[in-house]
Amino acid sequence: MTPSTALRARSAALAALRAALDEVCDPEIPILTIADLGVLRDVRIDDGCATVVITPTYSGCPAMHAIEDDIYRVLGAAGYRGVKVVTQLAPAWTTDWLTPVARAKLLSVGIVPPLASSDKRALLGTEICCPRCASRQTERVSEFGSTACKALYRCRSCLEPFDYFKCL
Amino acid sequence: MSGAHFEYVQRLGDNALILGQRLSEWCGHSPFLEEDIATANTALDLIGRARMLYTHAAVLEGRGRDEDALAYGRDERGFGNFLICELPRGDYAFTLVRQYLLDVYHQRLFHALCASSDLTLAAIAGKAVKEDVYHVRRSADWVVRLGDGTDESHARCQAALDELWAYTGEMFAGDAIDDAMAKAGIGVPPGALKQGWMDEVGALLSHATLKLPADEWQASGGRAGLHTEHMGRLLAELQFMQRAYPGLKW
Repeated sequence: MTPSTALRARSAALAALRAALDEVCDPEIPILTIADLGVLRDVRIDDGCATVVITPTYSGCPAMHAIEDDIYRVLGAAGYRGVKVVTQLAPAWTTDWLTPVARAKLLSVGIVPPLASSDKRALLGTEICCPRCASRQTERVSEFGSTACKALYRCRSCLEPFDYFKCL
Repeated sequence: MSGAHFEYVQRLGDNALILGQRLSEWCGHSPFLEEDIATANTALDLIGRARMLYTHAAVLEGRGRDEDALAYGRDERGFGNFLICELPRGDYAFTLVRQYLLDVYHQRLFHALCASSDLTLAAIAGKAVKEDVYHVRRSADWVVRLGDGTDESHARCQAALDELWAYTGEMFAGDAIDDAMAKAGIGVPPGALKQGWMDEVGALLSHATLKLPADEWQASGGRAGLHTEHMGRLLAELQFMQRAYPGLKW
């Protein structure tokens, strides 16, 4: 094999691995894959063995364990052998890693995606618009919503409650 | 020195685990649903943090123990958490005032530990400090609401603060392990956090119309494994399954 064919074969193998991992979703927000979430940090194939590097969203997020199990299950079913899942803590996960696709998916199910964390107003929790009627008249009901990564809000215009994916 | 390093990280894990255990007792019993979820989420953050710290401590120790062995396999005397973490949860005012005092401490501690020469510890701290922003925001908000609330909520908050104050000294009283770790660039000298903590806490308590208790007798002993009478019961509940059925999985 010439170096360039080897290189091409290698990137094709990595792309196939990433495609297989698109089946692994967040168990609590199942419309998002781990790639959408930015939880999937890296994939490697060394001597035919696949290594998947993930990073936890929140320290105590119970989904991390399920995600790890799912990676083993999905890759096992796809014929990968010697799969290793490595958890990497640094750099710490941030909502800035949510892909544009992820943000659109969140909004489509009525979860407001995080404002950019560089925006100071984001941290103060202001300027969060209702995902249904787009009203700015919203209020925070609780700092912690249905999962650790979300806060619970209520729209004062249409009166509907909604989740806001917090900046981290 | 490597023993001190292990102890230092393990003690950080002990604070997170014991406080997380106390907080999780509210799950299903909080005053209303949103608070129940918030309390359980905060407890989860703390227990997740304890797992990372214990896993790291076990590697530093190098004797083949793991996070579960450290959490479930040690007796009371082996735990080095602050006494304030193990006190019974009391009423909701007590729980939130304690949480606030510790949230501010943790935010400042982990912020400083982000610069630790122990890169794994710095990574855990980097994760923890982001979560602490939300923890402090919530507990501070409640201390103001309850402190500056009704006569009843104010009285309960003040009583909680008066009782808890004697347990805050431990956070800033270092021992030989802290000194060695600070010198090595791994840890933070606890005394260095005191002034900033006092300024922040003092300002919020005054905003909450609460009176700062006088600095009198301070409890100590937790870090050396000398605990209050409540610790044994807490561990009995926490460790029962693994003690009765070692290695149990489900």
